[in-house]
Amino acid sequence: MPSYVITEKCDGCKGQERTACMYICPNDLMKLDRDRMKAWNQEPDQCWECYNCVKICPQQAIEIRGYQDFNPLGGNVIPLRGTDAIMWTIKFRNGTLKRFKFPIRTTAEGSIDPYAGKPEADISRIKEPGHFTQQGAGVTMPTIK
Amino acid sequence: MEKETCTFSYCQKPEVVEVETDLLIIGGGMSACGAAFEATRWATPQGIRITMVDKAATDRSGAVAMGLSAINTYMGENDPADYVRYVRGDLMGIIREDLVYDLGRHVDDSVHLFEEWGLPIWKKGDDGFSLDGFQAKDAGKPMLKDGGTPVRSGRWQIMINGESYKVIVAEAAKKALEINRQATGMEQNHFERVFIVKLFKDANVENRVAAAAGFSVRENKIYIFRAKAICLGAGGAVNVFRPRSSEEGKGRAWYPVWNSGSGYALGMQVGAELTMMENRFVPARFKDGYGPVGAWFLFFKAKATNSLGEDYCANQEAIAEAKAKYGDYVDKMGTAIRNHLMMRDMKLGKGPIIMRTHEAMQAINKEFVEKLGEKEAKKKIKHLEAEAWEDFLDMCIGQAGLWACENVEPDKQPSEIMPTEPYLLGSHAGCAGFWVSGPNDLGAPAEWHWGYNRMSTVDGLFMMGDICGASGHKFSSGSHAEGRIAAKNAVAFILDHKDFTPTLNKSADEIAAELYLPCEIYEKYKNATTDPAMNPNYIKPKLLQARLQKIADEYFGGCSTWYMTSKTMLEEGLRKLEVLKEDSARLAAADLHELMRCWENYHRILSVEAHARHILFREESRYPGYYYRGDHDRIDDENWKCFVNSKYDVETGQWEVKKVPYVQLVD
Repeated sequence: MPSYVITEKCDGCKGQERTACMYICPNDLMKLDRDRMKAWNQEPDQCWECYNCVKICPQQAIEIRGYQDFNPLGGNVIPLRGTDAIMWTIKFRNGTLKRFKFPIRTTAEGSIDPYAGKPEADISRIKEPGHFTQQGAGVTMPTIK
Repeated sequence: MEKETCTFSYCQKPEVVEVETDLLIIGGGMSACGAAFEATRWATPQGIRITMVDKAATDRSGAVAMGLSAINTYMGENDPADYVRYVRGDLMGIIREDLVYDLGRHVDDSVHLFEEWGLPIWKKGDDGFSLDGFQAKDAGKPMLKDGGTPVRSGRWQIMINGESYKVIVAEAAKKALEINRQATGMEQNHFERVFIVKLFKDANVENRVAAAAGFSVRENKIYIFRAKAICLGAGGAVNVFRPRSSEEGKGRAWYPVWNSGSGYALGMQVGAELTMMENRFVPARFKDGYGPVGAWFLFFKAKATNSLGEDYCANQEAIAEAKAKYGDYVDKMGTAIRNHLMMRDMKLGKGPIIMRTHEAMQAINKEFVEKLGEKEAKKKIKHLEAEAWEDFLDMCIGQAGLWACENVEPDKQPSEIMPTEPYLLGSHAGCAGFWVSGPNDLGAPAEWHWGYNRMSTVDGLFMMGDICGASGHKFSSGSHAEGRIAAKNAVAFILDHKDFTPTLNKSADEIAAELYLPCEIYEKYKNATTDPAMNPNYIKPKLLQARLQKIADEYFGGCSTWYMTSKTMLEEGLRKLEVLKEDSARLAAADLHELMRCWENYHRILSVEAHARHILFREESRYPGYYYRGDHDRIDDENWKCFVNSKYDVETGQWEVKKVPYVQLVD
């Protein structure tokens, strides 16, 4: 459908103006049906199966059903994304299960201080090669010999 | 057909939001995030305002939205000159070596930032085996910038745990934008869910970009951004050719399905000069799921063969036949040539083409047992199996799902690979894009640098990422670094042109009417028939896209002709494309989501037209395996070892296409 929403689990993000899945979908596919307070994928054939709606849903109400023009039924892949790692459960059509856990970041979410410990940009050198970080660190930019 | 206009007699008139800024960044992907980070540091002390406008949510927008399992451009111990040689070889001899070298000397700094910000990067353990980002940290392995050793899957690639790659890069970019906003006193400088569909030239200063216009996909609002300079990073073009999938699977494009050619179309609308738009990329990927093969080839050393078990890249007869047409380029065995040899076997009925994952895993197993003994090997193999699955789970989860549905365990059985439909892009293994000014210290011809690095032939308009042409193989890290280069130079441009006030020669009402025309058309006619989907007065974006894809596929060398085209085919297709372009003035949108699709598909049409006109002009087959000119099925270096550049006049629909000499800078 790619992504589909489980009726029982979806709470429409409790009536907020927009749901988490609407916020995140890179292709603007998720919509909220205000009468039922349920989200849905309005254009399944434009879904990339990027899983961003699945990962972000606070109710774990979204899953993926493989594109039926080439996927047999019965398998699925379910993520559980934490703050520093992600757990994946892969269920095969024949029932085989595989579980994996991978790191996703080594710093706390929201903790990036982009210019901490970085040099200022030297405006007199703006037309010279090198990012401000490289210039400030005294890196000599190589040229073609 | 009679021309329709929008007078807001039928659809609701949107609110107009006008934003004054200095540097406008269009896009939210890797290059746009790099631009925001670099520009803020240079611009903020100068009081220069920076604004970013993204079609989606920046945490998960652009080509890296899903994540990545590798960073494909990291120099490390390598010389950027060797990087130039590699890119030149893969792109069949014609690249802007100044741009590629420049990227090579800037890119590692971006990778170092990613690691500082929290991206887990694999490191080599003391026993020579790989450690993931956490294990490396626990083992006290130094960061790359401090001499840490990455795990190389190829000469230029390093492995990462990249599920949150984009979230991390976006966090830094958003923080940078906020620093600039607070310092310059703007009310808002980061717009999400605003889709820019048009650029405008200045009313007073010739050949100068002045503004961008778009609309919210959430609210009834249009936005007009006036800026002194624009960094354009709106991505390449996907789903421009009829895809191999026929229904739901159309979404499983190899490249991000939301890259709709906007980057190309926006620049074309103001007449920026294009280069190498004949180039395309046809990746060979796991069939249907389009999962990545790079790690399998490079990291696990898997072999691909035809179904008779023959290595199609070692078939001497096929190689001799290819060399007769494509010369010494065949020896480099670049991506296009490998595709060519694969397709030859497919056409001879020797398919399916098989990636022998099981044999690769068995070989690794044997090696590990010999080296480590049974028990330790088992542990390492388990880790390796996780690494193999992570490759998909980080960047192509749909492929993991397909293997689960098909009960494929890669260590037990092989999988089919297949060439996809064509894609237009300039940051992966393609180089279709705009002609830009390069660095002035690398010995390039004077006409290749006109003062501001990465500026297009339109003053104040800078190109980055997928749409900066003739300089492929940047990938994610290179796109970030290129965004930084472009933005820094855009700040320099703004400082040199302080007195400029961008002025539009169109009123906000005129722009609103143009942007909302598909809504007006829909509302005007929707009740003329009993079903608004079946209506002779307009065309819905989905069907316009289907028509475009059919034309591109059948006439411009898509899958259905085995990527074959010719002068006569191109000319016929272009005739049909002209009519389609006319019909695009009859696009109809029932809501804002469809309005987005209307404009996306208009952008796709312009991108495809540029592609077809360039293929028509270049009378040779420069990229066998990507496309063939049946009437000129050879590489002709004598006449065509040159760039093809073009300009489109959006008012008259006229094209100027020309040769531009290629100059080799690196031996």
